[in-house]
Amino acid sequence: MGDTIASLLIGEIGIIQDFCLDAIPLNLLEMGCLPGKEVRLLQIAPLKDPLYIKVNGSHLAIRIETAKQINITKLR
Amino acid sequence: MKSKSLLNIALVGNPNTGKTSLFNQLTGLNQKVGNYPGITVDKKQGKCKISEHLTAEITDLPGTYSINPTTLDETIVLETLLNESNDSYPDLVIVVAEVENLKRNLFLFSQIKDLQFPSLLVINMSDQMIRKGITIDIEALKKELKSEIILISARKNLGIDALKREIENYENWNTEPIANISDKIDTDFFETIKTTFPEFSLYKSWLLITQQKNCAFLSNELYQKITAFNPDSEKVKKYQHKETIYRYQIINEILKKTYSVDKNEATDLRSRLDKILTHKIYGYIIFFGVLMLIFQSIFEWASLPMDLIDSLFANLSELAKTNLPKGTFTNLIAEGVIPGIGGIVIFIPQIAILFLFIATLEETGYMSRVVFLMDKIMRKFGMSGKSIIPLISGTACAIPAIMASRNISDWKERLITILVIPFTTCSARLPVYAILIALIIPDVRIFGIFNLQGLTLMGLYLLGFAAAISSAVLLHHVLKIKTQSLFVIEMPNYKLPSFKNVFFEVVEKTKAFVFGAGKIILALSIILWFLASNGSEKFKNATEFVTTQESANNLNDDVLNKKIASYRLEHSYIGTMGKVIEPVIKPMGYDWKIGIALISSFAAREVFIGALATIYNVGSDGEGSGTIKERMAAEVDPVTGEKRFNFATGMSLLLFYAFAMQCIGTLAIVKRETKSWKWPMLQLIGMGALAYVVAAITFYILN
Repeated sequence: MGDTIASLLIGEIGIIQDFCLDAIPLNLLEMGCLPGKEVRLLQIAPLKDPLYIKVNGSHLAIRIETAKQINITKLR
Repeated sequence: MKSKSLLNIALVGNPNTGKTSLFNQLTGLNQKVGNYPGITVDKKQGKCKISEHLTAEITDLPGTYSINPTTLDETIVLETLLNESNDSYPDLVIVVAEVENLKRNLFLFSQIKDLQFPSLLVINMSDQMIRKGITIDIEALKKELKSEIILISARKNLGIDALKREIENYENWNTEPIANISDKIDTDFFETIKTTFPEFSLYKSWLLITQQKNCAFLSNELYQKITAFNPDSEKVKKYQHKETIYRYQIINEILKKTYSVDKNEATDLRSRLDKILTHKIYGYIIFFGVLMLIFQSIFEWASLPMDLIDSLFANLSELAKTNLPKGTFTNLIAEGVIPGIGGIVIFIPQIAILFLFIATLEETGYMSRVVFLMDKIMRKFGMSGKSIIPLISGTACAIPAIMASRNISDWKERLITILVIPFTTCSARLPVYAILIALIIPDVRIFGIFNLQGLTLMGLYLLGFAAAISSAVLLHHVLKIKTQSLFVIEMPNYKLPSFKNVFFEVVEKTKAFVFGAGKIILALSIILWFLASNGSEKFKNATEFVTTQESANNLNDDVLNKKIASYRLEHSYIGTMGKVIEPVIKPMGYDWKIGIALISSFAAREVFIGALATIYNVGSDGEGSGTIKERMAAEVDPVTGEKRFNFATGMSLLLFYAFAMQCIGTLAIVKRETKSWKWPMLQLIGMGALAYVVAAITFYILN
């Protein structure tokens, strides 16, 4: 199974590959979460959801079900 | 284009860019909050003198990341920019960006440019560029964006004059689009759009097609035309996606040439603060501490001004009574209008203090961390992390709280939040709680430290939250609304709050309460006054009747007058109403006098006390609630000879007030926000039934 943003550990960086258009809200793309961009997991909320990420220069929090829909390749 | 003397300027920008700071700098106190026609979201506008001959009406549009809306607030931006017949349709648009997130800010700017408005890019927080290691080649950027750019620092009031001078020149701005969506996505498809809608810019037509459901303003003819165009939704989605990627491509290329950050300069204050504030233990402790601080302050700081307001209006009422010529009109002023206005003004201190805290916390960036921390927990109850702010606001007043729910993008989460807010203990319940607690709970200490009365009050607060949460869980399971989570929040950088922004926010929220709830409270106060001061034949002959009846007892004038007043009230319209509902409220342990107070409470809950004061012939002025309390304590049930406000009735009343939906203002605002009578009716009946059953059971058990 491929990696998604949800499989990153805190501090790890990945490159966004693709995602299912239906599952990802347009506003997430518009805030800079796009294929080819670097995404870094900064924090996980205490109850494992949501995730606090930095992507394409933006600091965002997204829910885990959204994160699971975004395929990435881990760096390192 | 002809020169105008009054320009319409729309202020657009991402949240957290300092857009509101700029708005406050430009307009100062010349602000007003109005409504958008049709959709009733508050519209912030202000006048600004641009030059000797030019004044601008500036509209501060809600912060948004894109013209494609995900929340009700953001829909306003779309509507204002697309609907040419709206009053605020802009002559020019100012897009506020910020040095650190320029890339994302330019995404929105590129959309505005493509709508071909004369548009100006304003880059805020330019004073922090050196500290953050950012350099921007402004001249090159101007050329690339085909736009004028002004650097400002809104908080430090830098660059505002240059901005005004540039606005004067707006007719010469370049209005070419910057993204050529047609060539990059599907030339044929977009050519068809162009020929179908020759009257609009290509991007506007594209938005009308993709956002049709958010464009309530469309004329019938245009609506038909767009519906007829009807591209398949898969295609639309794919093209929106492509458009987004394409815009970022352009922006990346432009920024590569014009923008650089020296990473070494970046501070890690953010990550250090984040680690503490969202920590699994400290995070919650800090949040809890902040909550305690807020509640403590609301009580401590608000009590003095509230007492002052209370006595001020009592004196005003007395003054009107003694100085105006006697008659119905004077009575209306002294007994209807003045107490009515007083009933509104008395809540201002608590509301202002609460929003002082909320606005400050929002300014610092802390609120986003609270949303992050609480989202998972709140979702278990069918709400969102964003529901936290409305729920806290509900402890002051449900009306601004319900309005604060607008930034929740998911309709189900938003609806549940709106429906349960009225359970939180709002400030109107407090005076009722205070007097009932003083009446039935002994003033003793438990374990030497906790005051039993204080504990009871806290218990009622917790009960309110518990009721809100449990009904949310229930609604979560019952409501069948299909949703797709659009939850994405920005975690802004931390910053010191600006006093000016906080101040304006507090003023705005307080005004929203005064003019939103206030009108209804005032109107109902007047109706209640009318019902209490008019009545049947017996009412009209009260003086004669009582005087004859009591003539043997040789009463002094004061006592006699009180007896007359009491008799009059019993036979007034509202007294009759109280008697009519007596059988219904009997199971809860109430008589017709409490019934009158319950009916009166629909204007605002705290009217309960004033109503009882009138019923029991106690002057509500001068002597304070101590006398009302004594009089209530002395009231006896004529049948059983027991105290009327015994423990059973008191508890029953406390619980009734905790659960019942006795606020017309809230019902009206829920109707407005949900665009349906269904939901406020559900609240009225559901909460009413719950309150009735709980109060009746409590009375039955305790009695």
